[in-house]
Amino acid sequence: MASTKTPHAPRAVRLPHPLPLDSGRELADVHVAYETYGELAPARDNAILLCHALTGDQYVASTHPLTGKPGWWERMVGHGRPIDTNRFHVVCANVIGSCMGSTGPASAGPDGEPYAMRFPVITIRDMVRAQAALLDVLGIDTLLAVIGGSMGGMQALSLAANFPERTNRVLGIATTARHSAQNIAFHEVGRQAIMADPGWNGGDYYGAAGGPEKGLAVARMAAHITYLSEAGLTDKFGRRLQDRDAKSFGFDADFQVESYLRHQGLSFTDRFDANSYLYITRAMDYFDLAEEHGGRLADAFGGAGETRFCLVSFDTDWLYSTADMREVVHALNAVAAPVSFVELGAPYGHDSFLLDVPALDRVVAGFLSQ
Amino acid sequence: MKPSTAYDLRPDLEKIAHHVRREARVLDVGCGAGDLMAVLRDARGCDARGMEIDAKLVERAVARGLSVVQGDANRDLADYPDNAFDVAILSQTLQTAQRPDWLLRQLLRVGREAFVSFPNFAYWRMRAALLAKGRMPVTRHLPGSWYETPNIHHLTIADFREYLAGRRVILADSWFFAGGREIGRARANLRAEHAVFRLSRE
Repeated sequence: MASTKTPHAPRAVRLPHPLPLDSGRELADVHVAYETYGELAPARDNAILLCHALTGDQYVASTHPLTGKPGWWERMVGHGRPIDTNRFHVVCANVIGSCMGSTGPASAGPDGEPYAMRFPVITIRDMVRAQAALLDVLGIDTLLAVIGGSMGGMQALSLAANFPERTNRVLGIATTARHSAQNIAFHEVGRQAIMADPGWNGGDYYGAAGGPEKGLAVARMAAHITYLSEAGLTDKFGRRLQDRDAKSFGFDADFQVESYLRHQGLSFTDRFDANSYLYITRAMDYFDLAEEHGGRLADAFGGAGETRFCLVSFDTDWLYSTADMREVVHALNAVAAPVSFVELGAPYGHDSFLLDVPALDRVVAGFLSQ
Repeated sequence: MKPSTAYDLRPDLEKIAHHVRREARVLDVGCGAGDLMAVLRDARGCDARGMEIDAKLVERAVARGLSVVQGDANRDLADYPDNAFDVAILSQTLQTAQRPDWLLRQLLRVGREAFVSFPNFAYWRMRAALLAKGRMPVTRHLPGSWYETPNIHHLTIADFREYLAGRRVILADSWFFAGGREIGRARANLRAEHAVFRLSRE
């Protein structure tokens, strides 16, 4: 039950206006939960909007209230870190549709009951509209930078395309301007796992014990494989057995990699709402920045003007590959936008943006320094 | 050259830096870690962009706050629109190009003006080494043995001039270097180790 998964009172604002959505619908009474780090300068010109990935949240550099674990990017954000909170005012908001305090399917709808599947289908651009509305409430007109990895990078690119006047810099890491058929296919596996779980109950499981936890765990396991690289998995687990000397000739988690995935899946259900997973993966699947701008990606960035871009891919990331990133670079070149791009070598696959890659630290710090 | 105006760059880059118009939009193809770009930005107020194939060098350039795209000039220069830049620079890269003629055409398509610098294979020490030993010369400007060198299209100053003569390109200026110092134009094809040409479209 999602309401029991958020026992804390997250810091949140209620948006003063209903949020218009790409679907044509409108979402009223929207709450956006967020965290900030570092002081906002008197001139209000040092704000950085950090956008989280699919299963991330606003606790980028502070202890997660449910898991007790450190923030998901503490190595990047903090005093003296590449995103230096001595200099920058970092804002990180939970996306709408999610379950850490922003309005999502577990939130109460107009009738007081959880939205569940009555929640409108949202897009990445809808998430960005909510972020922009949050910045309005916070009194931040222009960002020094918008930064995000993976789905966060999609938001960063979407913000650059739809609100170009609101940011001076855009940093997108391990991301894409369009979800591919393969990306959509993997997400569909996850969604079907959730919806095949009897506990899902058409999305109406709030208030019931359990919910579709097995389905959500399987969805997370499948997705997690896409976040890693073959070399990384082999390096970490190989074909080593878990807590045993011989194969069991059964279906226990004989292999370490199985045990690891099961752990990843189960620990995810403690902190994430299954319906949120459906809605957010759908938003990512619908993401196609070129399509939003008449089919030509360069036209998405036509209004970017002096906005500076920095794009980073990882050589082992097969989910959002260097080729995907090059399409963004080409589009930015076509409008003569100031753009940097680098493919970094890292062994960890897509997850490299969250892990110890010193070259990424140098690129991020360098991009923000000038 | 007076020390007060020196940028502490390689001599060919120094020459280019002094002749790029202030506040020009510049693309440095094969920009390395961005030494020239940093000078163009900081001392000449230019809007400088770079392209570099080596990820390590790109990372260093980006960490300096420069706008550098990791890419292969042999292919990715085609992505830039016509007249995207006032000046396109190709230093020490022409001899490594798969198709130097294509690269030069691209250079003067994306830039209204171009600076091209390359080692002169007709430098007298080259000739002497080849004549005396009968082997491919290895020098400071062209290091590496024949089997591991990135330089695949060696050329001479005379070759380059002849190439330009047949095309709609204006040779606006040229400078020559030997032993790390600028030398005169007389018999440059024999005396120069290195050349810089300033080109523009007809």
